Amino acid sequence: MNQPAPPTEVLTAANYKSVYKPIWCPGCGDFSVLSSVTKALAILQVPPHEVVVVSGIGCSSRIPAYTSCYGFHGVHGRALAAATGLKVARPELTVLAAGGDGDGYSIGGNHFLHACRRNVDLTYIVMDNHVYGMTKGQASPTTEPDWDNKLSPGGTGIRAFNPLVIALASGANFVARAFSGDPNGAAQIIAEGIRHPGFSFIEILSPCVTFRPEQREWKRQAHHAPVAPTDDAARAARRIMTDDGFNIGVLYAGDRTPYPLNGRSPQLTPEQLAAEFQT
Amino acid sequence: MNTRKKPHVAPPAKEKSAEAPGARATQPPADPEKAHLSLVEFMAQAWAMEAEAVQRYGELADAMEAHNNLEVAAMFRTMAQYEGKHADQLLAEMGWSEPPIMARSGFRWPSFEAPENVPFEDLHYLMQPWHALELALAAEQQAERFFGELARAATTPSVRRAALELQEEEREHVALVKAWMEKVGKPDRDWANDPDPPVHNE
Repeated sequence: MNQPAPPTEVLTAANYKSVYKPIWCPGCGDFSVLSSVTKALAILQVPPHEVVVVSGIGCSSRIPAYTSCYGFHGVHGRALAAATGLKVARPELTVLAAGGDGDGYSIGGNHFLHACRRNVDLTYIVMDNHVYGMTKGQASPTTEPDWDNKLSPGGTGIRAFNPLVIALASGANFVARAFSGDPNGAAQIIAEGIRHPGFSFIEILSPCVTFRPEQREWKRQAHHAPVAPTDDAARAARRIMTDDGFNIGVLYAGDRTPYPLNGRSPQLTPEQLAAEFQT
Repeated sequence: MNTRKKPHVAPPAKEKSAEAPGARATQPPADPEKAHLSLVEFMAQAWAMEAEAVQRYGELADAMEAHNNLEVAAMFRTMAQYEGKHADQLLAEMGWSEPPIMARSGFRWPSFEAPENVPFEDLHYLMQPWHALELALAAEQQAERFFGELARAATTPSVRRAALELQEEEREHVALVKAWMEKVGKPDRDWANDPDPPVHNE
Protein backbone atom coordinates (compact mmCIF):
# COMPACT_ATOMS: atom_id res chain seq x y z
CA MET A 1 0.00 0.00 0.00
CA ASN A 2 1.14 3.54 -0.73
CA GLN A 3 0.87 5.20 2.68
CA PRO A 4 -2.85 5.83 2.93
CA ALA A 5 -4.12 9.02 4.47
CA PRO A 6 -5.07 8.69 8.13
CA PRO A 7 -8.49 7.08 8.38
CA THR A 8 -11.46 9.28 9.10
CA GLU A 9 -14.94 8.33 10.16
CA VAL A 10 -16.27 8.82 6.67
CA LEU A 11 -13.85 7.96 3.88
CA THR A 12 -13.36 10.67 1.30
CA ALA A 13 -11.68 10.57 -2.10
CA ALA A 14 -8.51 11.90 -0.46
CA ASN A 15 -8.26 8.72 1.62
CA TYR A 16 -7.72 6.73 -1.58
CA LYS A 17 -4.96 8.92 -2.99
CA SER A 18 -1.34 8.10 -2.36
CA VAL A 19 1.43 10.55 -1.59
CA TYR A 20 2.88 10.12 -5.07
CA LYS A 21 2.13 12.79 -7.64
CA PRO A 22 1.17 11.60 -11.11
CA ILE A 23 3.76 12.26 -13.80
CA TRP A 24 1.23 12.29 -16.61
CA CYS A 25 1.45 15.18 -19.05
CA PRO A 26 -0.38 18.28 -17.86
CA GLY A 27 -3.80 18.15 -19.48
CA CYS A 28 -3.96 14.35 -19.61
CA GLY A 29 -7.43 12.91 -19.04
CA ASP A 30 -5.99 10.27 -16.73
CA PHE A 31 -5.76 12.79 -13.88
CA SER A 32 -9.50 13.01 -13.97
CA VAL A 33 -9.93 9.24 -14.15
CA LEU A 34 -7.79 8.88 -11.03
CA SER A 35 -10.06 11.39 -9.36
CA SER A 36 -13.13 9.42 -10.49
CA VAL A 37 -11.74 6.14 -9.18
CA THR A 38 -11.06 7.64 -5.76
CA LYS A 39 -14.49 9.28 -5.71
CA ALA A 40 -16.13 5.99 -6.65
CA LEU A 41 -14.38 4.20 -3.80
CA ALA A 42 -15.50 6.97 -1.45
CA ILE A 43 -19.07 6.51 -2.65
CA LEU A 44 -18.80 2.81 -1.82
CA GLN A 45 -16.96 3.46 1.47
CA VAL A 46 -14.81 0.40 0.94
CA PRO A 47 -11.64 0.55 3.07
CA PRO A 48 -8.49 1.13 0.99
CA HIS A 49 -6.85 -2.03 2.31
CA GLU A 50 -9.71 -4.07 0.84
CA VAL A 51 -9.16 -2.72 -2.67
CA VAL A 52 -6.52 -3.81 -5.16
CA VAL A 53 -5.74 -1.92 -8.35
CA VAL A 54 -4.00 -4.04 -10.97
CA SER A 55 -2.54 -2.66 -14.18
CA GLY A 56 -0.39 -3.50 -17.17
CA ILE A 57 1.98 -1.13 -18.93
CA GLY A 58 1.42 2.32 -20.34
CA CYS A 59 0.74 5.85 -19.17
CA SER A 60 -2.61 4.99 -17.61
CA SER A 61 -1.22 1.80 -16.10
CA ARG A 62 0.70 3.91 -13.62
CA ILE A 63 -2.53 4.44 -11.74
CA PRO A 64 -2.00 1.86 -8.92
CA ALA A 65 0.90 3.91 -7.54
CA TYR A 66 -1.32 6.94 -7.24
CA THR A 67 -3.87 5.24 -5.02
CA SER A 68 -3.50 4.28 -1.38
CA CYS A 69 -4.99 0.86 -2.13
CA TYR A 70 -2.97 -2.25 -2.71
CA GLY A 71 -1.59 -2.28 -6.22
CA PHE A 72 0.11 -4.43 -8.78
CA HIS A 73 1.80 -2.74 -11.74
CA GLY A 74 2.20 -5.82 -13.86
CA VAL A 75 3.24 -7.01 -17.27
CA HIS A 76 2.15 -5.43 -20.55
CA GLY A 77 -1.35 -6.62 -21.44
CA ARG A 78 -1.62 -8.94 -18.48
CA ALA A 79 -3.55 -6.84 -16.00
CA LEU A 80 -6.66 -8.97 -16.41
CA ALA A 81 -4.78 -12.23 -15.94
CA ALA A 82 -3.36 -11.03 -12.64
CA ALA A 83 -6.63 -9.45 -11.55
CA THR A 84 -8.59 -12.60 -12.36
CA GLY A 85 -6.25 -14.78 -10.34
CA LEU A 86 -6.36 -12.38 -7.46
CA LYS A 87 -10.13 -12.13 -7.36
CA VAL A 88 -10.61 -15.89 -7.56
CA ALA A 89 -8.07 -16.43 -4.77
CA ARG A 90 -9.31 -13.55 -2.62
CA PRO A 91 -12.99 -13.02 -3.47
CA GLU A 92 -13.52 -10.75 -0.49
CA LEU A 93 -11.37 -8.04 -2.07
CA THR A 94 -12.58 -5.37 -4.44
CA VAL A 95 -10.46 -5.81 -7.53
CA LEU A 96 -10.03 -3.13 -10.18
CA ALA A 97 -8.00 -3.69 -13.31
CA ALA A 98 -6.94 -0.60 -15.22
CA GLY A 99 -4.96 0.35 -18.26
CA GLY A 100 -5.03 1.86 -21.69
CA ASP A 101 -6.33 0.92 -25.11
CA GLY A 102 -2.96 -0.31 -26.35
CA ASP A 103 -2.34 -2.44 -23.30
CA GLY A 104 -5.87 -3.81 -23.09
CA TYR A 105 -6.95 -4.30 -26.67
CA SER A 106 -3.73 -5.17 -28.47
CA ILE A 107 -1.24 -7.21 -26.49
CA GLY A 108 -3.91 -7.80 -23.86
CA GLY A 109 -6.72 -8.41 -26.33
CA ASN A 110 -6.98 -12.12 -25.78
CA HIS A 111 -7.11 -11.70 -22.02
CA PHE A 112 -9.86 -9.14 -22.54
CA LEU A 113 -12.04 -11.59 -24.48
CA HIS A 114 -11.67 -14.34 -21.93
CA ALA A 115 -12.07 -12.12 -18.90
CA CYS A 116 -15.42 -11.03 -20.33
CA ARG A 117 -16.31 -14.67 -20.99
CA ARG A 118 -15.31 -15.90 -17.53
CA ASN A 119 -17.30 -13.14 -15.84
CA VAL A 120 -15.24 -13.02 -12.66
CA ASP A 121 -16.53 -10.30 -10.33
CA LEU A 122 -14.07 -7.52 -11.04
CA THR A 123 -14.09 -4.14 -12.74
CA TYR A 124 -11.94 -3.29 -15.74
CA ILE A 125 -11.36 0.38 -16.47
CA VAL A 126 -9.78 1.25 -19.80
CA MET A 127 -8.58 4.80 -20.31
CA ASP A 128 -8.94 5.03 -24.06
CA ASN A 129 -7.12 7.81 -25.91
CA HIS A 130 -6.81 6.04 -29.27
CA VAL A 131 -3.00 6.17 -29.18
CA TYR A 132 0.10 4.66 -27.60
CA GLY A 133 1.17 7.66 -25.56
CA MET A 134 4.04 6.26 -23.53
CA THR A 135 5.94 5.18 -26.65
CA LYS A 136 5.36 8.52 -28.39
CA GLY A 137 2.25 8.32 -30.42
CA GLN A 138 1.80 5.16 -32.45
CA ALA A 139 -1.65 4.11 -33.66
CA SER A 140 -3.44 1.81 -31.24
CA PRO A 141 -6.30 -0.65 -31.86
CA THR A 142 -8.88 2.10 -31.34
CA THR A 143 -7.15 4.69 -33.52
CA GLU A 144 -9.25 5.97 -36.38
CA PRO A 145 -8.09 4.48 -39.71
CA ASP A 146 -7.47 7.90 -41.23
CA TRP A 147 -5.43 9.42 -38.37
CA ASP A 148 -2.50 10.86 -40.27
CA ASN A 149 0.88 11.20 -38.59
CA LYS A 150 4.53 10.58 -39.33
CA LEU A 151 4.45 7.06 -37.98
CA SER A 152 1.46 6.05 -40.09
CA PRO A 153 1.30 8.47 -43.02
CA GLY A 154 -2.21 8.77 -44.37
CA GLY A 155 -3.49 6.69 -41.48
CA THR A 156 -3.31 2.98 -40.91
CA GLY A 157 -6.37 2.31 -43.04
CA ILE A 158 -7.32 -0.34 -40.50
CA ARG A 159 -10.78 -0.39 -39.00
CA ALA A 160 -10.81 0.61 -35.33
CA PHE A 161 -11.52 -1.98 -32.68
CA ASN A 162 -14.91 -1.54 -30.98
CA PRO A 163 -14.24 -2.61 -27.39
CA LEU A 164 -17.78 -2.24 -26.12
CA VAL A 165 -19.21 -4.51 -28.78
CA ILE A 166 -16.46 -7.04 -28.18
CA ALA A 167 -17.05 -6.93 -24.44
CA LEU A 168 -20.76 -7.44 -24.89
CA ALA A 169 -20.34 -10.26 -27.39
CA SER A 170 -17.78 -11.95 -25.16
CA GLY A 171 -20.03 -11.99 -22.10
CA ALA A 172 -19.18 -8.98 -19.96
CA ASN A 173 -21.97 -8.49 -17.45
CA PHE A 174 -21.76 -4.69 -17.31
CA VAL A 175 -20.74 -2.47 -20.19
CA ALA A 176 -20.44 1.29 -19.87
CA ARG A 177 -18.75 4.26 -21.42
CA ALA A 178 -17.62 7.28 -19.41
CA PHE A 179 -15.69 10.45 -20.14
CA SER A 180 -12.75 11.80 -18.16
CA GLY A 181 -14.11 15.32 -18.54
CA ASP A 182 -17.15 14.24 -16.52
CA PRO A 183 -15.40 13.14 -13.31
CA ASN A 184 -18.48 12.91 -11.10
CA GLY A 185 -20.43 11.04 -13.76
CA ALA A 186 -17.51 8.67 -14.32
CA ALA A 187 -17.27 8.10 -10.56
CA GLN A 188 -20.91 7.10 -10.42
CA ILE A 189 -20.45 4.70 -13.32
CA ILE A 190 -17.36 3.16 -11.74
CA ALA A 191 -19.19 2.73 -8.44
CA GLU A 192 -22.08 1.12 -10.28
CA GLY A 193 -19.70 -1.18 -12.13
CA ILE A 194 -18.04 -2.27 -8.89
CA ARG A 195 -21.42 -2.95 -7.30
CA HIS A 196 -22.67 -4.95 -10.27
CA PRO A 197 -21.90 -8.68 -9.98
CA GLY A 198 -19.59 -10.20 -12.54
CA PHE A 199 -17.16 -8.66 -15.00
CA SER A 200 -17.76 -4.96 -15.42
CA PHE A 201 -16.14 -3.21 -18.35
CA ILE A 202 -15.92 0.56 -18.29
CA GLU A 203 -14.40 2.37 -21.22
CA ILE A 204 -13.38 5.89 -20.25
CA LEU A 205 -12.63 8.32 -23.05
CA SER A 206 -9.50 10.01 -21.72
CA PRO A 207 -7.83 12.52 -24.06
CA CYS A 208 -4.10 12.45 -24.80
CA VAL A 209 -3.42 16.15 -25.24
CA THR A 210 0.20 15.56 -26.19
CA PHE A 211 -0.16 13.21 -29.15
CA ARG A 212 -3.84 13.75 -29.94
CA PRO A 213 -4.44 17.43 -29.08
CA GLU A 214 -7.58 17.38 -31.20
CA GLN A 215 -9.12 15.18 -28.49
CA ARG A 216 -9.65 18.34 -26.43
CA GLU A 217 -12.80 18.59 -28.53
CA TRP A 218 -14.19 15.45 -26.90
CA LYS A 219 -15.74 17.58 -24.21
CA ARG A 220 -17.96 19.08 -26.88
CA GLN A 221 -18.75 15.70 -28.42
CA ALA A 222 -19.41 13.59 -25.33
CA HIS A 223 -23.02 13.41 -24.21
CA HIS A 224 -25.11 11.38 -21.83
CA ALA A 225 -26.79 8.31 -23.26
CA PRO A 226 -30.43 9.18 -23.86
CA VAL A 227 -31.55 5.68 -22.87
CA ALA A 228 -31.82 3.65 -19.68
CA PRO A 229 -29.49 0.68 -19.14
CA THR A 230 -30.80 -2.55 -20.59
CA ASP A 231 -30.30 -6.20 -19.71
CA ASP A 232 -31.13 -7.16 -23.30
CA ALA A 233 -27.81 -7.87 -25.00
CA ALA A 234 -29.28 -7.58 -28.49
CA ARG A 235 -30.70 -4.15 -27.77
CA ALA A 236 -27.44 -3.08 -26.15
CA ALA A 237 -25.48 -4.30 -29.17
CA ARG A 238 -27.66 -2.28 -31.51
CA ARG A 239 -27.16 0.81 -29.34
CA ILE A 240 -23.42 0.44 -29.16
CA MET A 241 -22.97 -0.35 -32.84
CA THR A 242 -25.06 2.56 -33.99
CA ASP A 243 -24.05 5.27 -31.56
CA ASP A 244 -21.49 7.98 -32.29
CA GLY A 245 -18.85 6.67 -29.91
CA PHE A 246 -19.47 9.50 -27.45
CA ASN A 247 -22.58 8.15 -25.79
CA ILE A 248 -21.89 8.14 -22.04
CA GLY A 249 -23.63 5.94 -19.54
CA VAL A 250 -24.34 2.36 -18.57
CA LEU A 251 -25.17 0.69 -21.85
CA TYR A 252 -25.70 -2.84 -20.63
CA ALA A 253 -26.25 -4.42 -17.20
CA GLY A 254 -26.80 -8.16 -17.45
CA ASP A 255 -27.69 -10.84 -14.96
CA ARG A 256 -25.20 -13.61 -15.71
CA THR A 257 -24.00 -15.50 -12.68
CA PRO A 258 -20.39 -14.56 -11.95
CA TYR A 259 -17.60 -17.11 -11.76
CA PRO A 260 -17.20 -19.16 -9.60
CA LEU A 261 -20.61 -20.60 -10.37
CA ASN A 262 -23.21 -21.51 -7.76
CA GLY A 263 -21.48 -19.54 -5.05
CA ARG A 264 -18.63 -22.05 -4.83
CA SER A 265 -15.51 -20.38 -3.58
CA PRO A 266 -12.15 -21.82 -4.54
CA GLN A 267 -10.57 -19.93 -1.69
CA LEU A 268 -8.14 -21.89 0.43
CA THR A 269 -6.66 -20.86 3.70
CA PRO A 270 -2.92 -20.21 3.62
CA GLU A 271 -2.47 -23.43 5.59
CA GLN A 272 -4.45 -25.49 3.06
CA LEU A 273 -2.49 -23.91 0.23
CA ALA A 274 0.82 -24.64 1.94
CA ALA A 275 -0.26 -28.26 2.51
CA GLU A 276 -0.69 -28.73 -1.24
CA PHE A 277 3.01 -28.00 -1.74
CA GLN A 278 4.18 -30.42 0.90
CA THR A 279 5.16 -34.05 0.29
CA MET B 1 -9.63 36.57 -3.56
CA ASN B 2 -10.18 36.09 0.14
CA THR B 3 -12.77 38.80 0.28
CA ARG B 4 -15.87 37.06 1.55
CA LYS B 5 -17.94 39.25 3.79
CA LYS B 6 -19.85 38.05 6.82
CA PRO B 7 -22.71 36.02 5.40
CA HIS B 8 -26.36 36.84 5.76
CA VAL B 9 -27.75 33.43 4.97
CA ALA B 10 -30.80 32.43 6.95
CA PRO B 11 -30.58 29.12 8.83
CA PRO B 12 -32.35 26.20 7.20
CA ALA B 13 -34.91 25.79 9.99
CA LYS B 14 -36.49 29.07 9.00
CA GLU B 15 -36.88 28.06 5.37
CA LYS B 16 -40.17 29.02 3.75
CA SER B 17 -41.59 26.93 0.98
CA ALA B 18 -43.00 29.86 -0.97
CA GLU B 19 -41.72 33.31 -1.61
CA ALA B 20 -43.37 36.54 -0.57
CA PRO B 21 -46.00 37.94 -2.96
CA GLY B 22 -44.62 40.34 -5.46
CA ALA B 23 -41.08 39.01 -5.11
CA ARG B 24 -41.25 36.68 -8.12
CA ALA B 25 -38.53 37.07 -10.70
CA THR B 26 -39.58 38.51 -14.00
CA GLN B 27 -38.20 35.49 -15.86
CA PRO B 28 -39.48 31.98 -15.24
CA PRO B 29 -37.11 29.46 -13.63
CA ALA B 30 -34.82 28.00 -16.25
CA ASP B 31 -34.60 24.59 -14.65
CA PRO B 32 -37.44 23.08 -12.58
CA GLU B 33 -34.95 21.10 -10.48
CA LYS B 34 -33.09 24.24 -9.51
CA ALA B 35 -36.29 26.03 -8.69
CA HIS B 36 -37.09 23.65 -5.88
CA LEU B 37 -33.74 23.68 -4.14
CA SER B 38 -33.97 24.15 -0.39
CA LEU B 39 -31.41 26.35 1.30
CA VAL B 40 -29.65 23.27 2.66
CA GLU B 41 -29.44 21.74 -0.82
CA PHE B 42 -28.28 25.01 -2.30
CA MET B 43 -25.55 25.54 0.27
CA ALA B 44 -24.47 21.91 -0.01
CA GLN B 45 -24.10 22.46 -3.73
CA ALA B 46 -22.19 25.69 -3.19
CA TRP B 47 -19.88 23.90 -0.77
CA ALA B 48 -19.36 21.03 -3.22
CA MET B 49 -18.46 23.48 -5.94
CA GLU B 50 -15.78 25.07 -3.77
CA ALA B 51 -14.54 21.69 -2.55
CA GLU B 52 -14.20 20.41 -6.11
CA ALA B 53 -12.30 23.57 -7.03
CA VAL B 54 -9.93 22.96 -4.11
CA GLN B 55 -9.31 19.43 -5.28
CA ARG B 56 -8.83 20.46 -8.89
CA TYR B 57 -6.41 23.29 -8.15
CA GLY B 58 -4.45 20.89 -5.98
CA GLU B 59 -4.28 18.38 -8.82
CA LEU B 60 -3.22 21.07 -11.26
CA ALA B 61 -0.50 22.17 -8.86
CA ASP B 62 0.69 18.58 -8.52
CA ALA B 63 0.88 18.27 -12.31
CA MET B 64 2.89 21.45 -12.62
CA GLU B 65 5.25 20.43 -9.84
CA ALA B 66 5.83 17.09 -11.51
CA HIS B 67 6.92 19.00 -14.61
CA ASN B 68 9.02 21.49 -12.65
CA ASN B 69 6.84 24.48 -13.48
CA LEU B 70 7.02 25.65 -9.90
CA GLU B 71 5.82 29.20 -10.42
CA VAL B 72 2.50 28.10 -11.87
CA ALA B 73 2.27 25.26 -9.35
CA ALA B 74 2.54 27.79 -6.53
CA MET B 75 -0.16 29.88 -8.14
CA PHE B 76 -2.55 26.93 -8.36
CA ARG B 77 -1.72 26.03 -4.77
CA THR B 78 -2.67 29.56 -3.74
CA MET B 79 -5.97 29.28 -5.64
CA ALA B 80 -6.67 26.01 -3.82
CA GLN B 81 -6.13 27.76 -0.49
CA TYR B 82 -8.55 30.54 -1.40
CA GLU B 83 -11.23 28.11 -2.50
CA GLY B 84 -10.66 26.07 0.66
CA LYS B 85 -11.32 29.15 2.79
CA HIS B 86 -14.54 29.75 0.88
CA ALA B 87 -15.61 26.18 1.47
CA ASP B 88 -14.88 26.51 5.20
CA GLN B 89 -16.82 29.75 5.37
CA LEU B 90 -19.83 28.12 3.77
CA LEU B 91 -19.74 25.41 6.42
CA ALA B 92 -19.53 28.06 9.12
CA GLU B 93 -22.46 29.96 7.64
CA MET B 94 -24.62 26.90 7.88
CA GLY B 95 -23.29 25.84 11.27
CA TRP B 96 -22.16 22.55 9.80
CA SER B 97 -19.26 20.80 11.49
CA GLU B 98 -18.79 18.83 8.29
CA PRO B 99 -20.43 18.86 4.87
CA PRO B 100 -23.66 16.94 4.38
CA ILE B 101 -23.45 13.54 2.72
CA MET B 102 -25.18 14.83 -0.41
CA ALA B 103 -22.29 17.22 -0.99
CA ARG B 104 -19.54 14.65 -0.52
CA SER B 105 -20.47 12.13 -3.15
CA GLY B 106 -20.36 14.60 -6.01
CA PHE B 107 -23.07 16.57 -7.72
CA ARG B 108 -24.23 16.26 -11.27
CA TRP B 109 -23.59 19.74 -12.58
CA PRO B 110 -25.37 21.45 -15.46
CA SER B 111 -22.34 20.65 -17.61
CA PHE B 112 -19.83 17.85 -17.04
CA GLU B 113 -17.68 19.74 -14.58
CA ALA B 114 -18.39 21.84 -11.50
CA PRO B 115 -18.73 25.46 -12.62
CA GLU B 116 -15.61 26.65 -10.82
CA ASN B 117 -13.35 23.85 -12.05
CA VAL B 118 -10.47 24.57 -14.39
CA PRO B 119 -10.51 21.81 -17.03
CA PHE B 120 -7.51 19.48 -16.98
CA GLU B 121 -7.09 19.61 -20.72
CA ASP B 122 -6.37 23.34 -20.70
CA LEU B 123 -3.01 22.83 -19.03
CA HIS B 124 0.33 23.08 -20.78
CA TYR B 125 3.64 22.17 -19.22
CA LEU B 126 5.18 25.49 -20.29
CA MET B 127 2.24 27.64 -19.27
CA GLN B 128 2.96 30.83 -17.36
CA PRO B 129 1.24 32.56 -14.43
CA TRP B 130 -0.83 34.68 -16.80
CA HIS B 131 -2.27 31.51 -18.33
CA ALA B 132 -3.11 30.13 -14.89
CA LEU B 133 -4.92 33.34 -14.06
CA GLU B 134 -6.70 33.26 -17.40
CA LEU B 135 -8.04 29.80 -16.51
CA ALA B 136 -8.98 30.96 -13.01
CA LEU B 137 -10.78 33.94 -14.50
CA ALA B 138 -12.88 31.71 -16.74
CA ALA B 139 -13.71 29.51 -13.74
CA GLU B 140 -14.77 32.49 -11.61
CA GLN B 141 -16.89 33.84 -14.44
CA GLN B 142 -18.60 30.49 -14.80
CA ALA B 143 -19.27 30.37 -11.08
CA GLU B 144 -20.75 33.87 -11.23
CA ARG B 145 -23.08 32.84 -14.05
CA PHE B 146 -23.99 29.66 -12.19
CA PHE B 147 -25.11 31.50 -9.06
CA GLY B 148 -26.91 34.08 -11.18
CA GLU B 149 -28.84 31.30 -12.86
CA LEU B 150 -29.69 29.72 -9.52
CA ALA B 151 -30.84 33.05 -8.15
CA ARG B 152 -33.08 33.53 -11.16
CA ALA B 153 -34.52 30.04 -10.84
CA ALA B 154 -35.02 30.00 -7.07
CA THR B 155 -38.56 30.11 -5.75
CA THR B 156 -37.64 30.56 -2.09
CA PRO B 157 -36.41 33.94 -0.87
CA SER B 158 -33.60 32.61 1.30
CA VAL B 159 -32.11 30.62 -1.56
CA ARG B 160 -32.37 33.58 -3.89
CA ARG B 161 -30.71 35.86 -1.33
CA ALA B 162 -27.89 33.36 -0.77
CA ALA B 163 -27.41 32.84 -4.50
CA LEU B 164 -27.29 36.57 -5.17
CA GLU B 165 -24.80 37.02 -2.36
CA LEU B 166 -22.53 34.30 -3.71
CA GLN B 167 -22.93 35.67 -7.24
CA GLU B 168 -21.76 39.05 -5.99
CA GLU B 169 -18.75 37.47 -4.32
CA GLU B 170 -17.82 35.64 -7.51
CA ARG B 171 -18.14 38.93 -9.36
CA GLU B 172 -15.64 40.43 -6.93
CA HIS B 173 -13.31 37.51 -7.56
CA VAL B 174 -13.53 38.13 -11.29
CA ALA B 175 -12.43 41.71 -10.76
CA LEU B 176 -9.59 40.63 -8.49
CA VAL B 177 -8.28 38.07 -10.96
CA LYS B 178 -8.41 40.64 -13.75
CA ALA B 179 -6.38 43.03 -11.63
CA TRP B 180 -3.91 40.27 -10.85
CA MET B 181 -3.53 39.50 -14.55
CA GLU B 182 -2.55 43.07 -15.24
CA LYS B 183 0.22 42.79 -12.68
CA VAL B 184 1.79 39.62 -14.07
CA GLY B 185 1.61 40.73 -17.69
CA LYS B 186 0.95 38.78 -20.84
CA PRO B 187 3.49 36.15 -21.89
CA ASP B 188 5.50 36.34 -25.09
CA ARG B 189 3.94 34.86 -28.21
CA ASP B 190 6.51 32.07 -28.31
CA TRP B 191 5.89 30.93 -24.74
CA ALA B 192 5.10 27.38 -25.88
CA ASN B 193 8.27 26.95 -27.94
CA ASP B 194 10.27 24.02 -26.68
CA PRO B 195 13.64 23.37 -28.35
CA ASP B 196 13.37 19.72 -27.39
CA PRO B 197 9.67 18.91 -27.57
CA PRO B 198 8.24 15.57 -26.41
CA VAL B 199 6.38 15.11 -29.69
CA HIS B 200 8.41 13.91 -32.64
CA ASN B 201 5.70 13.50 -35.23
CA GLU B 202 4.45 17.05 -35.59
